[in-house]
Amino acid sequence: MFPFRIPIRDWISSAVDFLVSEFGAVFDGFSAFVYFLVDNLKDGMMALHPVILIVLIAALTWYMAGWKNSIFAVIGLLITENIGLWQAFVETLSLVLTAEILVMIVGLPIGIYAAKSDRFNSIIRPILDFMQTMPAFVYLIPAVMFFGLGLVPGVVATFVFALPPLIRLTNLGIRQVPKELIEAADAFGATEMQKLMKVQIPVAKVTIMAGVNQSIMLGLSMVVIAAMIGAGGLGEDVLRGIQRLQVGQGFEAGLVVVILAIILDRITAGFGQRKSPAGR
Amino acid sequence: MEEKEEKIVVKNLYKIFGKNPEKAIKALNEGKTKEQILSEQKQVVGVQDASFTVYKKEIFVLMGLSGSGKSTLQRLINRLHEPTSGEIIIDGKDITKLNKKELREFRRNHFCGMVFQNFAILPHRTVLGNVEFGLELQGVEKEKRREKAMKVIQQVGLKGNEDSYPDQLSGGMQQRVGLARGLTVDADIMIMDEAFSALDPLIRTQMQDELLELQNKLQKTILFVTHDLDEAFRLGDRIAIMKDGRIIQIGTAEEIVSKPANDYVKAFVENMDRASVLTAGSIMQPVKENAFPGDGPRTILRKIRKNGLTGILLIDTKRQLKGYIRATELAEYINKNKEKEKIPFDDSLIRDITSVNKDMPLNEVFNIYDEHKYGPIAVEDENNRVVGVIVKGSIIAALSESAEGINNNQ
Repeated sequence: MFPFRIPIRDWISSAVDFLVSEFGAVFDGFSAFVYFLVDNLKDGMMALHPVILIVLIAALTWYMAGWKNSIFAVIGLLITENIGLWQAFVETLSLVLTAEILVMIVGLPIGIYAAKSDRFNSIIRPILDFMQTMPAFVYLIPAVMFFGLGLVPGVVATFVFALPPLIRLTNLGIRQVPKELIEAADAFGATEMQKLMKVQIPVAKVTIMAGVNQSIMLGLSMVVIAAMIGAGGLGEDVLRGIQRLQVGQGFEAGLVVVILAIILDRITAGFGQRKSPAGR
Repeated sequence: MEEKEEKIVVKNLYKIFGKNPEKAIKALNEGKTKEQILSEQKQVVGVQDASFTVYKKEIFVLMGLSGSGKSTLQRLINRLHEPTSGEIIIDGKDITKLNKKELREFRRNHFCGMVFQNFAILPHRTVLGNVEFGLELQGVEKEKRREKAMKVIQQVGLKGNEDSYPDQLSGGMQQRVGLARGLTVDADIMIMDEAFSALDPLIRTQMQDELLELQNKLQKTILFVTHDLDEAFRLGDRIAIMKDGRIIQIGTAEEIVSKPANDYVKAFVENMDRASVLTAGSIMQPVKENAFPGDGPRTILRKIRKNGLTGILLIDTKRQLKGYIRATELAEYINKNKEKEKIPFDDSLIRDITSVNKDMPLNEVFNIYDEHKYGPIAVEDENNRVVGVIVKGSIIAALSESAEGINNNQ
């Protein structure tokens, strides 16, 4: 139909090439930082005896989500240990947690700023739509180019995929703070910072925590995909199961992903609901 | 009300919501109405040409129906809305000229925050945490603000609830938190936006009484917004009636009832003409308890206290009115003269009060009451025997009950 073809693929490729060649040092530095985080987290958890880690996770679940969920966590984690997926479990957990820490460091300020500025919000909205609808596999290519193979690009791809919901829900939560509460703070002579820390964030906390919860869940869904670029963990076992048509092995790894997802979901959801210490 | 010191002076204040406010003000000056400007320029006139003075320690009520600009005008006073033009002079300072930082400082030192219709207290903080909010923003240290907050919590009747969360409290209690939050701050202008409108009628009346009582003690300058004529008359030392962003009349309740500025105000007040049909006898309350000339001072005080009165009528056995004794003066007298068993019949203790015939029309009673600040009015029959009393609240309640019709029709 057209005598020419719009060279989107060339643009993107040369843009990535340009970034890699010109900002290689920056990516290396970032890579080292992420690797430091995820590796230490993993080693730290591996250094503990599985029983100790299980007890810690169970205690946290109990505190956040009650004893029923806590019992579920203990059973799930014991099964994980029993079927020999403990190390993969810890790798995946540290990958997801690292990605989530990065998501919070980046996502919260962006979300807050988006709530304060309509202009900024209208700029990032299409970007967030793009990030969420672009097939997750596509992130793997630039991640590999920037960060090579291994854990770090896995974390980065997970980060990009899991970022949007936190930004969106932080933005939404702060915008939903009743107008009168803001007026009240203003009328008492609050500074912008005081308004943010003492009124907006605490009141929006439930919604923001829902954003944290959502982004962790999305991050977990990225785990298997990230295994394709050598991120390791449970995804690798799932992948191996697919490649060798070993249904049983793939199912086991998938089951542990589900167990991890449920534990993390209950803990973060519990945090959101604990807002009224009145204990409603 | 004796000495009138200017607290807030507003001069020619305008607020236009729109892209070209100058154009709207020009059109207003050419005599266009709010509706015309809305349809021709797509700009909303919030407040037009408002000028008034609020005196120190008075309750000044902005009264109007919804859309009359009363809340907008109120938010201009502490610059939650930026005025389009005009001056707002508070304690001699034009606050429209303050920059952001100066304004923040000014709000901290001069305004007791604000009290809202839907309370606007922080759901994640306890009562105590909410009440000390204003001081916390000012950086007052924890011990000090705690102490201050607890004092105010006691004053507004929240003691014992300081560790509760807002969702555990009733509406009335939540509004007490809102009130306490304002009173904790060392400032003297209190802004209240439909503060009691969300409460059910019984609680509302009770809160109004409590506000008046607190005001007696604390002597703040209160700017109160309401759409309720009854509330305006009960609370306001002076009332400004607003319509279409304009103030149409400012005056005391009595002035507004007796000399309405135009047909609109008249329409509010007109239904009150029913007041001429009502008589003193129809709104009086029976005398619950009275003192006899033979009673000892302690007996009289006990009678007053038992019935929760502020004073008591002195009536002889033939039901003839002998005077009125005020509780505070009596208590003071007892303290000074512990040994005396009889009260002396002189002016120091026995006050004269007005008495009216039970057939006197209510509007005349209203006029008499104006000059008479203390105590109730005694109501007598043809033979000058006391048959009942009228307190100020019941006159106003009766008058505004008949005005309620118009509130609902608009």
